Amino acid sequence: MTARARPAIADTPIIEVKNLSKTYEGGVEALNDVSLDVPQGKLTTLLGPSGCGKTTLLKIIAGLIPSTKGEVRVSGRMVTGPGPDRAFVFQDFALMPWATVLRNVAFGLELRGVGREEREAVARRHIAEVGLAGFEHRHPHELSGGMRQRVGLARALAVDADVLLMDEPFSSVDEQTRRKFQEDMLSLLSARGKTVLFVTHSIEEAVYLSDRIVLLSRRPSRVAEVIEPDIRRGDDPEAIRRHPAYLDTVETIWQGLKRYLD
Amino acid sequence: MTEVSPSLGSRDPGASVQRLSGPRRDRAVALASHPLTLRLFTALILFSAWEYAGRVPVSAGFPGFIETMKAMAEMTADGLLVAALLITLQPLALGLAISAVIGIGLGIGMGLSRVAEWLMAPPFIVMQAAPMAALIPLLVFAYGIGLAAKVLTVCIMAMPVIVLNSYLAIRQTPASLIEMGRSFQGSKPQIILKIMLPSASPVIFAGLRLGAAAGFIGAILAELLITPTGIGDLITYNQSIAEYPKMYAAIFSVIALSVLFIEGLGKIEAAIFRREGRRA
Ligand SMILES: Nc1ncnc2c1ncn2[C@@H]1O[C@H](COP(=O)(O)OP(=O)(O)OP(=O)(O)O)[C@@H](O)[C@H]1O
Ligand SMILES: [Mg+2]
Repeated sequence: MTARARPAIADTPIIEVKNLSKTYEGGVEALNDVSLDVPQGKLTTLLGPSGCGKTTLLKIIAGLIPSTKGEVRVSGRMVTGPGPDRAFVFQDFALMPWATVLRNVAFGLELRGVGREEREAVARRHIAEVGLAGFEHRHPHELSGGMRQRVGLARALAVDADVLLMDEPFSSVDEQTRRKFQEDMLSLLSARGKTVLFVTHSIEEAVYLSDRIVLLSRRPSRVAEVIEPDIRRGDDPEAIRRHPAYLDTVETIWQGLKRYLD
Repeated sequence: MTEVSPSLGSRDPGASVQRLSGPRRDRAVALASHPLTLRLFTALILFSAWEYAGRVPVSAGFPGFIETMKAMAEMTADGLLVAALLITLQPLALGLAISAVIGIGLGIGMGLSRVAEWLMAPPFIVMQAAPMAALIPLLVFAYGIGLAAKVLTVCIMAMPVIVLNSYLAIRQTPASLIEMGRSFQGSKPQIILKIMLPSASPVIFAGLRLGAAAGFIGAILAELLITPTGIGDLITYNQSIAEYPKMYAAIFSVIALSVLFIEGLGKIEAAIFRREGRRA
């Protein structure tokens, strides 16, 4: 794992969400007046009780679904639909079962009309980067859950977007793979200077990975709290997990979330 | 970081057996587990039962397998059978081609557009549930006893299942794949061509195979009910002069043709869409 410089987060926000509300057609009110900033080049986590609207928020930022009220800006520009500045990593991978790993990873570029040779060269590079070299011509059903999620990550990296929006990227991965994957992802993303906004259910994961944690309340959700874990990364991962600051932050968040469970 | 051993390819259960035995045993195992061997075996059982039933005999009008095959050889030799099949194939091929093109087109349209769905899904659902053969007299009334009525008979039999399968296939495209396409700024045509159609193709082809089977029934019904031509003529004529082996030979030939045709469709599908990666 590479060390990341950690000044307090005073950096410019790349994503600005202002007074966002979303009511689904059936009348389900998923978000109610959510405002948050995502700092550039950092890892921000959305954490909250199940069904509180995390996926909804992420998809609105991605431009995949419209909001009812409020606005989202990415690099100052208002979001009206999907854009090349954002790439989505799906919870269920969203890989095309009929296509090889290579084609899946190159698919974002294929849709943009990049020529075959060029996009496959780019895809091969990213496949190698997520540790799947040699699997280019396999199909998704031949891969494990963790490997499929890596394909999804490689596909998002291949389009070279500034912002990665990840919906529970580690939820279908077993514990050992998850740690390895998390560490790989951390070093990869920090090396690239990408901004990451990701959803998780795991408090430990959020504290371990993120620079900023946005706690959402129960539906219709608002921002309950914003926490910036003060943990020096770059140490040995196991040491971080035993560090008092880490354990304290986990405890604080757990106390904060507990009141939404009844 | 590799989570799967490199020997992914050798996971089939036969692999360990093969390593223990000699090359000849290998070939025997491979041959016995080959799907073609299994099918031939099934056919053998079926034909034996048929031959047995013919020898009992079940009825004076029911020839055994061997007798039927002899009649078939005879009819093939004098060219009667081939000529009849060619005549039957005309309305069949036309009807199936029309049903496939229009049926897949309509089905995809219904899958993509709410309006088209609202307009056309109900009639096709009714058509699939109703015994369409009952409409043959109506078709004759409207189009006479020529080729047109027969082609239409094939169409009304084959089209509904093709339309409904194509429609459902498009509708069942996983929502997350469509979202994925949109998230990478895929255009509507790109999403249809690169995501929805490949995702739908197995079910569309399944509909095509079912439609082809129904079309064969339609073609024979038309020849039995409208005007006796082709295979239908061979069946009715030989029945009327009590040449039962020839009658069954005609029936057998059309069933065989139908099976071969549907198998062929499967082969075409496999060639177009390499199926290996289908199931996720
Ligand atoms: N397309 C939709 N139509 C109507 N209601 C929806 C739709 N999608 C989500 N909802 C509702 O909106 C609420 C928030 O859903 P969302 O998927 O954003 O939650 P989440 O926080 O991601 O949940 P989880 O942690 O279980 O993934 C839920 O109550 C859900 O039932
Ligand atoms: Mg969710």
